[in-house]
Amino acid sequence: MRRYASRRLLQMVPTLAGVVLLVFALFHWVGPDPVDVLAGQYASPERIYLIRHQLGLDRSYAVQLGIFLRQIVTFDFGQSWTTGEDVAHIFATRLPASLTIAVPILSLEFSIGTVLALAVASVRGSLTDRALMVACNVAMSISFLIYVIVIQWLFAYRLGWFPVQGWSDRLRTNLTVYAPLPVLLAVLINLAPTLRTFRTFVLDEYGHDYVRTARAKGASEPRVLLVHVLRNALVPILAYVSLALPGLFVGAFLLEVFFSIPGIGRELVGAVYRGDFPVIKASVVYLAMLTMMINLLTDLAFRLVDPRVRLT
Amino acid sequence: MTLAPSAATTVPGSGFWPDVAQRLLRDRVAVVCATLVVALVLIEIAVAAGWLARNWRDEVAIPYAPPGLDARARSEPAHPREPGAGQAAPNAPDLGDVDPLAARRSEWHLASGSDAGAEAPRDAMRPLGADRLGRDLLAKTLQGGRTSIFVGVVAALMATLIGSTLGALAGYFGGAVGDALEWLYNVFESIPSLLLIFALAAVLSRGTATVVLILGLTGWTGMYRAVRAEYLRHRARPYVLSAQALGVDHRGRILRHILPNVSHVILVRLSVLVVAFIKAEVILSFLGFGVPADGVSWGTMIAESQSEILAGRWWQLAAAGVPMALFVTAFSMFTDSLRDAMDPRLR
Repeated sequence: MRRYASRRLLQMVPTLAGVVLLVFALFHWVGPDPVDVLAGQYASPERIYLIRHQLGLDRSYAVQLGIFLRQIVTFDFGQSWTTGEDVAHIFATRLPASLTIAVPILSLEFSIGTVLALAVASVRGSLTDRALMVACNVAMSISFLIYVIVIQWLFAYRLGWFPVQGWSDRLRTNLTVYAPLPVLLAVLINLAPTLRTFRTFVLDEYGHDYVRTARAKGASEPRVLLVHVLRNALVPILAYVSLALPGLFVGAFLLEVFFSIPGIGRELVGAVYRGDFPVIKASVVYLAMLTMMINLLTDLAFRLVDPRVRLT
Repeated sequence: MTLAPSAATTVPGSGFWPDVAQRLLRDRVAVVCATLVVALVLIEIAVAAGWLARNWRDEVAIPYAPPGLDARARSEPAHPREPGAGQAAPNAPDLGDVDPLAARRSEWHLASGSDAGAEAPRDAMRPLGADRLGRDLLAKTLQGGRTSIFVGVVAALMATLIGSTLGALAGYFGGAVGDALEWLYNVFESIPSLLLIFALAAVLSRGTATVVLILGLTGWTGMYRAVRAEYLRHRARPYVLSAQALGVDHRGRILRHILPNVSHVILVRLSVLVVAFIKAEVILSFLGFGVPADGVSWGTMIAESQSEILAGRWWQLAAAGVPMALFVTAFSMFTDSLRDAMDPRLR
């Protein structure tokens, strides 16, 4: 196990180097000159020279890459180009808000999806099952944005059950007042694809011999479902969740924009809009690292959940 | 080679594509969906050719005219002229000595007077309603659909070209080439796609072509993985080895021998991408990284409708949302049927 983990960690190095190179190429070579953002339209040549010198843009690409690497290792991406705030400080202060909506979304979606998938699978082939699958298909083809607009309008504006948008400084107020609507929305939207996938996972298990054996032994149908099938279906479900985790976290970024939640996502969209490169560069590099780590931890967790999994 | 259990229901020996066509024709859902998709695409081609909805920018109705068929319901001109416009107001004080523009006033009045014909009475209702500027929503949604479908299809073609070329090379050659491409794939896969989209949006300029570029450059990984797996499976098959023995070079084996045998995988993936990209364009346009303000797409229409719906004006949302949902549903259901028809064992 330890050898496997260390080998996987070593394998990450070239991938990570690729991510760094890709980001570097995008922002230093493809992208526009940072001077346009920093100095404004009517900058004096001295000021332009100063900015270029400060950012190291007058040096060779190799030196610039070195600067970039040092920024990554020291977690010091300098200051935002537009607000002057430390990039590290931006992340530290925006992360709690992002987590406040991402964690409930993840846990709710996962648990509701599993329960519903079990329920649907137990009536597989029935009219309810087929109707639900068609409904899932149709639900998935409606744009995410339409759900946001309609649900925001219906629950917040028309019915007034939730505030339309907003955020406070207290975790409890946020969780009880401001977070429920975006969380509900995300769970509703993600439920259709999740349910469809989880249902096939559960149904795959139904076909196995051990289910027949359990029935032959006289196990009741709920016991077959909840003890035998569920435990085995949890393996692919967990795999799916962990693979979807980074996407889900980043997907919650969009909700932050719609609901004006001061999290990383809204900051990031604003940064793209303003051309605030340090913020974007930092988030791409660190979130890619996070994604890789999560993938590794998942593979290790599998070993714990299912001893049959051989790590090679 | 094929052990299709449904051999009894298909005429054997007529070839792969005729078989697929036959199975599709027998699938009622597929026929209905395909008809719908083809009809919508034909309409949008007519729009692109300028036969339909060409004058979508004309402000023909009052702002936010509700949907309705009563064509004769005309309103007063939307911006009634100030009384006395066109001729000097009788009791207006003479500002000639203090107003530096006074000398040109009458000239402007004349110029605006000659424009009076443009201020035709506007409709109070349009079949699908009108937007903030009084533009007809039917024409607007046709134009928007053209942009959205164009973005979806071209970006999907681009992602397919990148993904299947790299996938074919990686799967066929393996070795150092395969390792290098696998590394590239891992790099792109380890960055969450939305972040990659943000990074590209930050460094590229805004515009419809940029949206295509962003989606094409970020969306190829799934195609790569699928095509690579197929080429890995096929490269040592007897028919490929025979081709090699007959002296067919790498290029010929990749393109003429293996490609036709994996094209169904590419086709299904391609249509999945079209749907995904049409939906992605909506999000990008809402965030302001998408179709520019002077253009129109289903995405910009839905984005505009966010504020309108708070005032109870739902028609722009419906005008963009319903055709989009229709197109996307039909397209993805047809894709499912296509996949089943190409691989009957999957059913």
